[in-house]
Amino acid sequence: MTRPSRGTALIGVDGTAPGASAPGAVPASTDYAARLMSTVRIDNVSKVYGVAGASTHALDDITLEVASGEFVCLLGASGCGKSTLLNLVAGLDRASAGTITVGDGAGETRTSLMFQESALFPWLTARGNVELPLKIRKFPKAQRRAKAMELLELVNLGGFADKLPHELSGGMRQRVALARALAQEADVLLMDEPFGALDAMTRDVLHEELERLWTESHLTVIFVTHNVREAIRLGDRVVLLTSRPGRIAEEYPISIPRPRRLDSPEVAELAAGITDRLKDEVRRHGR
Amino acid sequence: MAVESHDLGSLERGLDALEVPVAAKQSPGRRIWRATWPKLVAVALFLGFWQFLIWIQWKPEYALASPEKTFSTLVDNWDVIAEAMWTTLRRGLQGYAMAIAVGVVIGAAVARIPVLRAGIGSMITGLQTMPSVAWYPLALLLFKLSEGAIFFVVVVGAAPAIANGLINGVDNINPVLLRAGKVLGAKRLDSVRYVILPAALPSFVGGLKQGWAFAWRSLLAGEIIGGIAGYSLGQQLAANRDLADAAGVQAVMIVLFVIGVLVDALVFGVAERKIRQRYGLIDAAAT
Repeated sequence: MTRPSRGTALIGVDGTAPGASAPGAVPASTDYAARLMSTVRIDNVSKVYGVAGASTHALDDITLEVASGEFVCLLGASGCGKSTLLNLVAGLDRASAGTITVGDGAGETRTSLMFQESALFPWLTARGNVELPLKIRKFPKAQRRAKAMELLELVNLGGFADKLPHELSGGMRQRVALARALAQEADVLLMDEPFGALDAMTRDVLHEELERLWTESHLTVIFVTHNVREAIRLGDRVVLLTSRPGRIAEEYPISIPRPRRLDSPEVAELAAGITDRLKDEVRRHGR
Repeated sequence: MAVESHDLGSLERGLDALEVPVAAKQSPGRRIWRATWPKLVAVALFLGFWQFLIWIQWKPEYALASPEKTFSTLVDNWDVIAEAMWTTLRRGLQGYAMAIAVGVVIGAAVARIPVLRAGIGSMITGLQTMPSVAWYPLALLLFKLSEGAIFFVVVVGAAPAIANGLINGVDNINPVLLRAGKVLGAKRLDSVRYVILPAALPSFVGGLKQGWAFAWRSLLAGEIIGGIAGYSLGQQLAANRDLADAAGVQAVMIVLFVIGVLVDALVFGVAERKIRQRYGLIDAAAT
């Protein structure tokens, strides 16, 4: 059950990586250091849908590096291509231009993706759902059972292992989906508005839970949302995207100490500024 | 932080307890009774109406026999009827098994291969609307007066419904589930095994049920007009009509009706109910 070793470089709150302290034995030391530091590299990525003449530029020349262990929130209004970007990183879709490198590019680093809908398989119990990625990777039965139970305990659902998805509430389903994503032992967890459909209190709880898991596991998280406060609540860094085409408008390192609260004055103050910037972006399309 | 996560745990448990739907469990006996009594009433009403027609002497006895005469014929001729029933059931099951094999192969091929879909996808539906009796003359030319002719018509009648059930099941899979399977690492065969087949199961079972109905009808039509040697339910119907033995015709019809009801309730009814419960397609509290 050991996860593949990866560079768990410590990241400052403002998103700066520590200096290139890589073992100097490698000649191309800067490359090596960069590989250690960034888990996801998005280089000049564009995504165009449709054919020439009637095409939509979903993403335009996005360059973004996400450090190992970092929690990055992609923030934007509708049509900014934030989900498209996640799909590209997850390998569900191909970029029209540019490159995306996850991990060292050698296939060692895995990504997992969580959607707004839990996307649990309705015919499998909570445990069956969590076991599936392990089954696909041919884990022996006893081992995957134990692992699935462990993960369900981690999201405080140990007592609901034998329930079917339709017997669970929306928040519980998302926690099962989170446990399932964790079962992939991915290095990068991609989250596409995972809490968008939940009520406020459930969402609060899940923010706290996600933060706890992230702190304990050194996961790298890329979290897409259109909720400014949620982005500030969770992220080490908030990346604001413009809409049609999706470009990076601004990056905000978040230095508010954790644990944060969605309704704290610091979060609110920062949110006001970012929201204004976001509104300006949206207004541009009304003219 | 420790205090916080304790708070989180108890808050979460509270939310979970409040949000999980409470389903009132019914005892199986009660459920069966609730499903049975309306049927018993319906049968009683039907028998009453039948007896009423006899009392008013709507038709002569050789055209419409009384319930009493019909049931006594059923008992007196049970040896012959039972033999006929087993022959017909055996033919039905054999033909149905062939139809399933053919339907699954065609359905899977059409669902997965675009060229085939374009070529014969719509023809399958067309075939389904064609009365299977219309195939008999050709079947008799091809296979002479043999069981082969009957199996041919049963397969032609039932396979399209089974293939369609599978095709519709695959077509209507929630795309989110396909994406989830992909994200979890299910490629090709794994995707078919863990995602596509289970997701298509409810529709496939619907197709099987419809296929059985078609198979049974085709079989009886064939036995009635085919004139194949030996006792069978269809042959009994035809022979009794030739002798103007209304009670004999009606006795065989009752056997057919009972078989139809039993297969529907015990095989398909149970399978469908289990699947719908498992997949959360019905409210567990409402059954």
